[in-house]
Amino acid sequence: MTEPVIEAVNIAKVLGIGAAQVAALKGVNLTLKGGELTLLMGPSGSGKTTLLSILGCMLSPTEGTVRVCGNSTDRAGPEELALLRREHVGFIFQSFHLFPTLTAADNVRIALDIRGEAGRGARVKAHDALAKVGLSHKISAYPRELSGGEQQRVAIARAIVGNPSIILADEPTAALDGANGRAIMKLLAGIAKDRGHGVLIVTHDPRLLTFADRVVHIEDGRIVREESGGAKLN
Amino acid sequence: MPLVFTLALRNLFHDRLRFIATVIGIVFSIVLVTVQMGLYLGFGRTVTTMIDHARADLWIMPRGTKCFEDPSLLDARQRYRALSIDGVAEAIPVVIGFADWRMPSGSTTPVFVVGSDPRSGGLQPWNLVEGRIEALTTPRAVAVDRSYFDRLGISGMGATAEIRQQLVRVVAITDGIRSFTTTPYVFMDVDRARAHTGVPLEKATYFLVRLSPDAAIERVRSRLLSNISDVEVLTPAEFRERSRSFWLFGTGAGAALFAGALLGVIVGTVIVAQTLYSSTKEHLNEFATLRAIGSSRIYIYKVIVCQALLSAVVGFSIAALIGAVIVHLTAATALPIVITPGLIAGLFSLTVVMCVTSAIAAIVQVTRIDPATVFTR
Repeated sequence: MTEPVIEAVNIAKVLGIGAAQVAALKGVNLTLKGGELTLLMGPSGSGKTTLLSILGCMLSPTEGTVRVCGNSTDRAGPEELALLRREHVGFIFQSFHLFPTLTAADNVRIALDIRGEAGRGARVKAHDALAKVGLSHKISAYPRELSGGEQQRVAIARAIVGNPSIILADEPTAALDGANGRAIMKLLAGIAKDRGHGVLIVTHDPRLLTFADRVVHIEDGRIVREESGGAKLN
Repeated sequence: MPLVFTLALRNLFHDRLRFIATVIGIVFSIVLVTVQMGLYLGFGRTVTTMIDHARADLWIMPRGTKCFEDPSLLDARQRYRALSIDGVAEAIPVVIGFADWRMPSGSTTPVFVVGSDPRSGGLQPWNLVEGRIEALTTPRAVAVDRSYFDRLGISGMGATAEIRQQLVRVVAITDGIRSFTTTPYVFMDVDRARAHTGVPLEKATYFLVRLSPDAAIERVRSRLLSNISDVEVLTPAEFRERSRSFWLFGTGAGAALFAGALLGVIVGTVIVAQTLYSSTKEHLNEFATLRAIGSSRIYIYKVIVCQALLSAVVGFSIAALIGAVIVHLTAATALPIVITPGLIAGLFSLTVVMCVTSAIAAIVQVTRIDPATVFTR
């Protein structure tokens, strides 16, 4: 395994204000390495999404330190956090979050456009990314013309096109049937292995265990157990 | 095509009904502003049309004259003093005034008499379509504009009428010399103008000064002012500006036109702001996704501003076409709407500023986006 791509040390997060305050995370320590696919599992309300948001530089922790590819997020403002996301993190969402008015190619290209990469080079990269997820024949299709599995593949292409060190996925198979879910997981496992990305997947689905190198269990805002996943055992 | 532009374009056209409403708002606003400003320019030109067409280097007028139509009088002695000043080649008297035009049918209508010496070329009718200037030296001769035939109860050359119980005959016809007051201009010899307006023989409303070829205008003006009491001496540009200021701002007409234009801008801004705001709200999820995957705020602002600019270009293009039609339709009226290249450039800038200003509300909304909401939507 390679160097850590994310290091979270003693993370605490309090959500809400006044009487409605909730301690969503309580002293979480987690390290993600490149080339490793990690599953983050836990019941609803356990703090999975909050932890994902903090690791993905969308939320700042109330306490603790997060380092993304060696960059501390301490005292980073919204624009600095956006820059860290842009340069180091690719996101995959449960409900895909594709742009309905853009083609598959443009949905991928936008991840480059926000980094200032435009023109023919960006188009070639977007087409290559779509080819890697098996959608080179759908580059001109709009999201409404794609199946759920295909839409999630476009989202994966968008996540990897900028070659980030980290891929964070929130329930990427929850909206898909079994076959599509397995295909997506194979794709993500391949991305971790072949491209050396650190992949963290939040999921409830125990069927995904076979694809994981590591499984982290979180309950009530604390990491309660870590174990090797099916991929490692195999 | 840049992706920001593509995204903005698709966002706009995604809801066509709302886009049409936006464009109608912009078109309504810009047409309203165009009409108001075009009227302002047209009015400004029309009120100075006599000054524009007079052949003078300087105008001598009674002190306190506010505009061309001001009927105060000068004395012939003041003219002789002007002629005695070195550098003054000519001081051509002009007489103006209102009079009643009695038609052959017996009914009357007010007219505005403009009298000058046709031989000197001081203030002669222009755009002649029938007759000759020289004919105005013949007894009872007048020139009128053909657009006023109905008002004057005449049918063309040779027609007769009475002013102050004195017969006049139409010997020349012009095209397009219209008064913003809608009172027809009647051109004639200066002596006849005195008779028809009741101005004494030795009096005149203006003296149009023509300078000798080598005369310095400021020097002559200074000497005119020091030698002739109770007069003002203005260049055509100064007199034009004074007349325009009086009619546009002294009467409140200009303020009314500007108020109408301002209303148009406010209405347009509110409509565009409302539609951009609701469009942004509808696409908030997409903007949150952009933010989540690392887009800077500036990138999102660019999308919104691009939407505003696209709306501006489409709205302005349609408004410009409507404006051109309005200009064509009003060209032959007493108060034509005038659109100049400068006004077109100004209106386009105004449309852009209006639409970009309208985007502020949408931008403020986007500023508050929490990227983490993508996990819960």
